[in-house]
Amino acid sequence: MRYESPTTTREAVTLLSKEKGKAYVLAGGTDLLVRLRMDMIDPDLMVDIKRIPAMNEIKKTATGFKIGAAVSGKQLGANKALVKAWPGVVEATNLIGSDQVQGRCTMVGNLCNASPAADSVPAMIAAGAKAVIVGKTKRRTVAVENIVTGPGQTSLAKGEVVEAVTLPKRPAKSGDAYLRFIPRTEMDIAVVGVAVSLTCKRGVIDSARVALGAVAPTPLLVKEAAAAIIGTKLDDEALDNLAAACSAACNPIDDKRGTIEYRVRVAGVLAKRAANIAFERAGGKK
Amino acid sequence: MTGVHVTTSINGDPVEYVCPADESLLDVLRDRVGLTGVKEGCGTGDCGACSITLDGTLVCSCLVLGAEAEGRKITTIEGMADGENLHPLQRQFIDNAALQCGICTPGFLIAGKALLDDNLDPTVEEIRYALAGNLCRCTGYDKIVRAVQAAAKDLRRQKK
Repeated sequence: MRYESPTTTREAVTLLSKEKGKAYVLAGGTDLLVRLRMDMIDPDLMVDIKRIPAMNEIKKTATGFKIGAAVSGKQLGANKALVKAWPGVVEATNLIGSDQVQGRCTMVGNLCNASPAADSVPAMIAAGAKAVIVGKTKRRTVAVENIVTGPGQTSLAKGEVVEAVTLPKRPAKSGDAYLRFIPRTEMDIAVVGVAVSLTCKRGVIDSARVALGAVAPTPLLVKEAAAAIIGTKLDDEALDNLAAACSAACNPIDDKRGTIEYRVRVAGVLAKRAANIAFERAGGKK
Repeated sequence: MTGVHVTTSINGDPVEYVCPADESLLDVLRDRVGLTGVKEGCGTGDCGACSITLDGTLVCSCLVLGAEAEGRKITTIEGMADGENLHPLQRQFIDNAALQCGICTPGFLIAGKALLDDNLDPTVEEIRYALAGNLCRCTGYDKIVRAVQAAAKDLRRQKK
């Protein structure tokens, strides 16, 4: 294996495109180096993106936030403006692993690792996040929900690198939240994850996005769930409709962490709770 | 396998080594630099026995490549005491019998110190969350939590 640590995105893309063998992008390494250690991968090249300045920044832009692909969970949690605007996204990322893992793990790594149970991905989807992808010949910006195509699979082409994710600017009276269910209090993989982002106008939910994790081969954007709460003050009927829409969208596996029946049911319960938190953060009153 | 030449700083000393590109920083520290205070428990970032700080950030050295350390600043358990003088957290681990077999201890000390560097008055809950990435199969954790609380008290007193 060769190790390269380029200082520009262009250089990283060139290295990855030219490699004839198996090439991997190394961000925080909290998934990739575990797979390396367990002999699940046999790389010819690893391209470390942590020396690329543009990938280490959290930038407040005219259109929202741009978070570099090498920004760690710890850095994310320390950015007050981001925590204020997108508490749900930051919480979701900060749920990943221990403090040791937080010092290294990245949102973009969580996205590109493409685990169905990734915590930050439903939160990003609910937030309307977009991935800024740089390839050999062009740059493209893709909604986060269109990146993961299956467990461990993404829509990225050979040589393409996600340079950053963008989060839109927050209108007043907005809130987001992410909740996951795990059998313990810390350090576990989601059995179900639910993210809700919404904006209120005159006390009523004007727009919303709801996303689920760990209940299907990919994280899901559930439009029917958002529709169930838009135009409401999140009354009990709206919450029941939200829960039903979330449960209906689930297509989970049966495994040691949770049965199909259990995951389907918990998705609805968590959706209600996450929606209540997001609504409260948006200043909504019932 | 191509060797990577790395120049870095460990516990304040300049260090150079050559390692295979896929070798972990944990293996480099133990087998090339001779700092065997850093332990391998799981090798997959779950147990925290290999905790170090990299540019001041707490990380598992098993999940860092040796090659990544170029130009960085590493601290390991070997850099915690000031000569013969133990750090208050080390002293309190001994006084509170916060260790039995000792394999997890360097990791707990590094993670505990990282917490105390940020927060000199952590609650029990904060201590337990901060140490959630460190596993101990002997103590049952209570004595470790008490040692961190006692060290926090010592450090607060020192600061006054």
